Amino acid sequence: MYHYDDYDRALVRERVAQFRDQVERRLSGELTEEEFLPLRLQNGLYLQRHAYMLRVAIPYGTLSADQLRALAHVASVFDRGYGHFTTRQNIQFNWIELEQVPDILEWLAEHDMHAIQTSGNCVRNITTEAFAGVAADEWLDPRPLAEILRQWSTVNPEFLFLPRKFKIALNASAEDRAAIQVHDIGLDVYRQQEELKLRVMVGGGLGRTPIIAKQLRDDLSWVDVLSYVEAILRVYNRHGQRDNKYKARIKILVKALGIDAFAEEVNREWEQIKDGPARLTLAEYERVAASFQRSAYAPLSSVDLEHGARLSQEPEFARWVERNVMAHKVPGYSNVVLSTKPGLAAPPGDVTAEQMRLVADWAERYGCGEIRVAHEQNLVLPDVPRRQLYALWREALEAGLATANVGLLTDVIACPGGDFCSLANARSIPVAQAIQARFEQLDYLHDLGSLSLNISGCMNACGHHHIGNIGILGVDKNGSEWYQLTLGGSQGQQAALGKVIGPAFAAEEVPEVIERIASVYLQLRRGDETFLDTYNRAGLEPFRVGVYQAEGAAT
Amino acid sequence: MINLIRLLEGGARIIEDDPWQLLCDDKTPVPSKAILPLQRWKHSQSEAVLQGHETSSQGVLLQPDDEPEALLDWLPVLTLIAIDFPSFRDGRGYSQAYLLRSRLGWQGELRAVGDVLRDQLAHMRQCGFDSFAVREDKSAADALKGLQGLSVFYGRSAIEPRPLFRRR
Repeated sequence: MYHYDDYDRALVRERVAQFRDQVERRLSGELTEEEFLPLRLQNGLYLQRHAYMLRVAIPYGTLSADQLRALAHVASVFDRGYGHFTTRQNIQFNWIELEQVPDILEWLAEHDMHAIQTSGNCVRNITTEAFAGVAADEWLDPRPLAEILRQWSTVNPEFLFLPRKFKIALNASAEDRAAIQVHDIGLDVYRQQEELKLRVMVGGGLGRTPIIAKQLRDDLSWVDVLSYVEAILRVYNRHGQRDNKYKARIKILVKALGIDAFAEEVNREWEQIKDGPARLTLAEYERVAASFQRSAYAPLSSVDLEHGARLSQEPEFARWVERNVMAHKVPGYSNVVLSTKPGLAAPPGDVTAEQMRLVADWAERYGCGEIRVAHEQNLVLPDVPRRQLYALWREALEAGLATANVGLLTDVIACPGGDFCSLANARSIPVAQAIQARFEQLDYLHDLGSLSLNISGCMNACGHHHIGNIGILGVDKNGSEWYQLTLGGSQGQQAALGKVIGPAFAAEEVPEVIERIASVYLQLRRGDETFLDTYNRAGLEPFRVGVYQAEGAAT
Repeated sequence: MINLIRLLEGGARIIEDDPWQLLCDDKTPVPSKAILPLQRWKHSQSEAVLQGHETSSQGVLLQPDDEPEALLDWLPVLTLIAIDFPSFRDGRGYSQAYLLRSRLGWQGELRAVGDVLRDQLAHMRQCGFDSFAVREDKSAADALKGLQGLSVFYGRSAIEPRPLFRRR
């Protein structure tokens, strides 16, 4: 993973001092709340329903074991003993006192971490996928470019007061696990005859107006990535809407101009700067990339008899391996997903300080000392030798982190919802947990196979409900909470937005409705079709009939 | 203008006797050292100024929707360009300043006016502003402290066009 140098460390430390001063001025009344707001947001500090919430950056989701322990320390000393991992691969602490934030940031700085630009109308944490550098289907490691973009976008003075927040994601694998098509800018990295190139997508996003990104360019050279992104941002900063926050995202500008006219604007701007000093150098790429190079993997046999025996003797272990262990690019190694979705025991993405410390230990003992945060709010241990899987599983099981449900219906992506968030119209966590409880039966769950379920507590769509195979959106109707369902959404290469199935449901009806949807799928399924395959073939109608006819019969 | 900070040789200073007056309404007569919105400025200039033969005694104010490129023909006859921040959260002025300095070659005084606050001054400076009319209810002496900003700067800016990776 990337190692800070003196520049990085100095910047983070000075930033802490700067924010300490800003907090003091707020507390003394010298700064009004309105003036303080963008300053605190640019440092990841929200004012939520009950308390301040601090969102700490985990650049492209990569953490060292020591950093995870440092986060555990924050959770136990400054919060209520847990943290919440988000779909943007960051961590949030929900119960923070304003007075303590400078000390927390100082503690984080000592561990080469910060909360810079995890919120606010600026370029947010650059994301990629949890398996970057270790995925079997990867063309190359996207993290060096992500780090270069992170540095470039950090306290970039021209782009700290954009019309709205701005999210950039990179992917460099056959399968897109970074959801780049629902980002303001999505960068698909590929190799063409040994040259690194980028396909640039723009104007994707969820929220009130969900839109799949459009392709802006398909052959950008890697040396031009900074100037090209700068051109996009300058066009957006100058011409994006500012009078209505719901129309202020770049997707609205792209839609209003049309992708061709927008591309023309960007190119006109880019022509002026492309040969300037922002042009990347091989030396810089290699300097950053060197940080990410893992020391050589010990050669391991791809066949392990003991592992094979465990698989046949312990079906529970076999099931976990089937769902939670992912292919590694080096034979004999695996990438392990630790599920943070045990059901009633904890809301999706919540991890206790004690669990964090255990995961840090496992990363050192079984892996390479590194932990990843997945977009699905799970934790990943890369580089685990296959022969260690069983021992790791036993420990993870004990710690409540071995639910064998990765990619299944109970691996719910959910926003914090009305229990925490001041924007929410409805709660998310109790609905997620009621569904998880209904589908506890693992055999049934595994029979349903890969199926993503996403829940958002409001239109802002932090739970990405539009791109869940099943999406649930909490809505407010005359002061009570209702849930609207969408089907057929998907992230990845074939990104699609779900379609609304029909009238909304009360919270207590939701688990039953999900079960009806599941049974329609099982009836219609041909061969080994996934839920999404079946939906795409059969369409919305049979699901609508299955859900609402049963509804009519029941009432 | 009161509460004015200017970058001069040897550092930043509070200017007590700045002669400029920002004139956004239709008041007549126009004082000689007025800063006028772009359209108004155009209407107030003599042919000689508009043709680029004579220096304008008035400054021009760019509002967020104005294109800095519109000033291209008059840059040689202007002595001051002000950029308006109707709200400190409106970041268009940063791009306008960057373009004036980096692309259009403006070297005269570039002044931030409007909702100009201490914590934004360092960013404004990086984008090329060299004078700052701090909001009148705030202390300019205090705002001076905000000008320094951070010592590390990853990207490029109007005053340092080389990104950090070219300066290492």
